[in-house]
Amino acid sequence: MTTLEENAGPVNDPTTDFNIFDPEFVRDPYPTMEEIRESQCPIAHSGRWGGSWFPTRYDDVVAIAQEHDIFTSRDIIVVPRSAAAAEGPYAGVAAPPITSDPPDHHWHRRLILPVFAPQAVAKYEQSTRDLCNQLIDKFIAKGEADAGTDYAQQIPVRVIATMLGVPTEMADEFTGWVRGVLEVGLTDPKVRLESRLKILKFFQAQLDDRKKNPRENDLITDLLNSGDKYPVTDQYVLGVCNLMLVAGIDTTWSAIGSSLWHLAQHPEHREQLRANPDLWPTAIEELLRAYSPVTMARIVDRDTEFQGCPMKAGDRILMSFPAANRDPRQFEQPDEVILDREHNRHVAFGSGIHRCAGSNLARLELRVSLQVWLERIPEFSLIDPAAVTWAGGQVHGPRVCRVRF
Amino acid sequence: MRVRVDEASCQGQQMCSIAAPEVFGSDELGHATVLIVGDLPVELHAKTRRAQANCPEDAIIIEE
Repeated sequence: MTTLEENAGPVNDPTTDFNIFDPEFVRDPYPTMEEIRESQCPIAHSGRWGGSWFPTRYDDVVAIAQEHDIFTSRDIIVVPRSAAAAEGPYAGVAAPPITSDPPDHHWHRRLILPVFAPQAVAKYEQSTRDLCNQLIDKFIAKGEADAGTDYAQQIPVRVIATMLGVPTEMADEFTGWVRGVLEVGLTDPKVRLESRLKILKFFQAQLDDRKKNPRENDLITDLLNSGDKYPVTDQYVLGVCNLMLVAGIDTTWSAIGSSLWHLAQHPEHREQLRANPDLWPTAIEELLRAYSPVTMARIVDRDTEFQGCPMKAGDRILMSFPAANRDPRQFEQPDEVILDREHNRHVAFGSGIHRCAGSNLARLELRVSLQVWLERIPEFSLIDPAAVTWAGGQVHGPRVCRVRF
Repeated sequence: MRVRVDEASCQGQQMCSIAAPEVFGSDELGHATVLIVGDLPVELHAKTRRAQANCPEDAIIIEE
């Protein structure tokens, strides 16, 4: 049950049969989330895609995230993985710390948190600003652009490549690999496996190179040299590189794209940001809430009952942070974007021990990319709202999003 | 009003430093720190309450 054909077919009742890859759900998931959230069955279950639970209320999603002992992160992809045998020497490579459980989770996370602290990511602000300006230079004279492929898609991949010390010229290849894992590959296991192996082979070569030629101020070298403090293995370092590429590109790209899609349709919000630059940090949190890109999975460790749902060991739970962030029990007027929203306890970056390690970098990229866009292109609109295409399932955001200015 | 961060609960969401940058900072791991020792100036009380309300981990403890 891993292909589009096997899982196609109309959804009559989303509480018992939801389909996260249904084209309508991919485009606009919020009405379905609301239907489930307000039903008698706010934690839906579907047999599609290997079977999964789908909590839609804020309190339930947060409670599951906090119970990391029962709801483990041994697999965080929203569909079942391919057979390990097909991955050969890379079968054991995960994506620590996102795929780690305690006790290893502690040091898996401890090692990478310092590079993502707010004061650490601040050093990427100017280079990100320069990158955004260079991208806009290429299309500003044309009077139109694809805010998705010409802009949003181009930014996080280069920031992450810079952080990892790998060639930014390979941005298109990295993007293709990541889409192969997180988008196309979720409904096409062959593409997913091929893309995963490309990523791991690439980073294995990078590790081998660093061992022969250690570099100064280099994340991969530093991780390889952390063995005096923690039981670091190649497999761990390979997994961290895998995570940074896979989790650091599609996600932030989607947040930037959704925000531009929103701003293209809301001149009053563009004006509000121009008139009040102090609003930016609050506005970024609101855009993250309203257009949270990421859904993660958890795997149930042992049979348990949660909110009346009989969950079995091995069951998959889809942690719909997008649904949680639109719950009216937690947010007033949840479907409205209110850029100066005062109370915003959103969980776009998750909750508990797996809070997105890259959240501060994502915020920086989102803010800078939107600021530069609005400085250079203050007025813009969608060329054809119906022609905007979306990715969904694990990461939700626009892909083709043509605008004129 | 005084404020502290429950280190066991804080996961480094940084929502507090966004709501009240004068009151909250970040340690080497990106977890929250309190920048003001002792009583908070009255003009920062509202912001600090907002920081508490916005913390998804319930890690901000206010003592009045």
